[in-house]
Amino acid sequence: MYEGRPAARAGTGKDPVNLPMIRHWCEAMGDTSPAYEGPDAVAPPTMLQAWTMGGLCGHTARTGAYDEMLTLLDEAGCTSIVATDCEQEYLRPLRPGDEIAFDTVIESVSDRKTTKLGTGYFVTTRTDVRVGDELVGTHRFRVLKYAPSGRRRKPPPRPRPVVNRDNAGFWEGVAEERLLVQRCADCGTLRHPWLPGCNACGSLDWDTVESSGEGTVHSYVVMHHPPFPAFDPPYAVGLVELAEGVRMVSNVVGVPYDKVRIGLPVRVEFRRYEDAEGALTLPVFRAADGAAGAVGGEA
Amino acid sequence: MGTETTRPAVGGALPPLEIPITRTLIVAGAIASRDYQDVHHDAELARRKGSPDIFMNILTTNGLVGRYITDHFGPTAVLRKVAIRLGAPNYPGDTMVLTGRIEELDGAAGTATVRVVGENSIGNHVTGTVTVTFTEATVTVTLTDEEAS
Repeated sequence: MYEGRPAARAGTGKDPVNLPMIRHWCEAMGDTSPAYEGPDAVAPPTMLQAWTMGGLCGHTARTGAYDEMLTLLDEAGCTSIVATDCEQEYLRPLRPGDEIAFDTVIESVSDRKTTKLGTGYFVTTRTDVRVGDELVGTHRFRVLKYAPSGRRRKPPPRPRPVVNRDNAGFWEGVAEERLLVQRCADCGTLRHPWLPGCNACGSLDWDTVESSGEGTVHSYVVMHHPPFPAFDPPYAVGLVELAEGVRMVSNVVGVPYDKVRIGLPVRVEFRRYEDAEGALTLPVFRAADGAAGAVGGEA
Repeated sequence: MGTETTRPAVGGALPPLEIPITRTLIVAGAIASRDYQDVHHDAELARRKGSPDIFMNILTTNGLVGRYITDHFGPTAVLRKVAIRLGAPNYPGDTMVLTGRIEELDGAAGTATVRVVGENSIGNHVTGTVTVTFTEATVTVTLTDEEAS
């Protein structure tokens, strides 16, 4: 239904044909032809499309039909694009000062095709490039708009907690889905993270109490950057104050990252991960049902 | 420097041109062609889209194919048509070797049609056909070893 419809109507080049852009092109291509320099310079014919490009600011001449079609393809999961064919015909050389105008029509849209990259549609456009009323070149361009195939590499494994003889008991508890807090055997002070001695009385004797897992967000950050391959930013990292009084750092889940707030009631949840390095259980904190923005049952 | 004179002939092969595919070439080509698609300059975003790295844009390939032909046929050669199809992407660190073979030749009109292939370590990056016109003067222009290098 899009075939034959204009993709760009009466577009104009953002710059007239000019020596600096020609020189930049020749430098990039390693093209030392004398035809492209000096007072009688012409533009390399293969620059034809470059004069029509929208650059960083995009095209102003695109029609609704072209954008509408791209949006439809995006919505069909064909979010990636790759150019596959370019056929250009040059009727006369372009010279510095030439002001180009162009019209582009959608020549054809293929049926759904399966390619090495993924499944998608080939979209062919034809662009007529003019200087004034004179046709100076034509440009047929084919792109594949596709949904990347599921050949992606497995996600990298999550980083593992560093377990040592001082904190091994905590991780043994987590493996049993119990959140264990250290307690000084002499003065009864609770402490977390796990340490060899009590920072209240200095005693080296301790035992544990199992936390109820209830707590509130004492503070939090939202991680945007830098991304770590195993994680999918943005996500919220909370400093959670447990009902027993100690604080613990972990992800806050079950609530959009931008809805996490200080004071948000949370409850521990033990999450099991399976990846290239095996199984891993981690305690995370889920926003309590009914908390602002909480999403029931979803991560 | 050799001074051997070569006349184009049907079936004649053009000297190959080796092009190291550097990150700089990919980015410089993309920017010189005003193509700011992230997959041509941002490796991280390229990876998110399923590509192992940035890769050369089609406009740069087109420019290199054009240069390959005009390098060979001399400064008065004029490109009339360039039609290319892309295959294996040009990723940084690879080398593309352009080769050409004259498929059609009209000596009177000074027109040649050249089949061009650009091969990298993955396969054929580009296959295409270029039509070029040249004056009689350039038919007998010297094609030295240096021109091929």
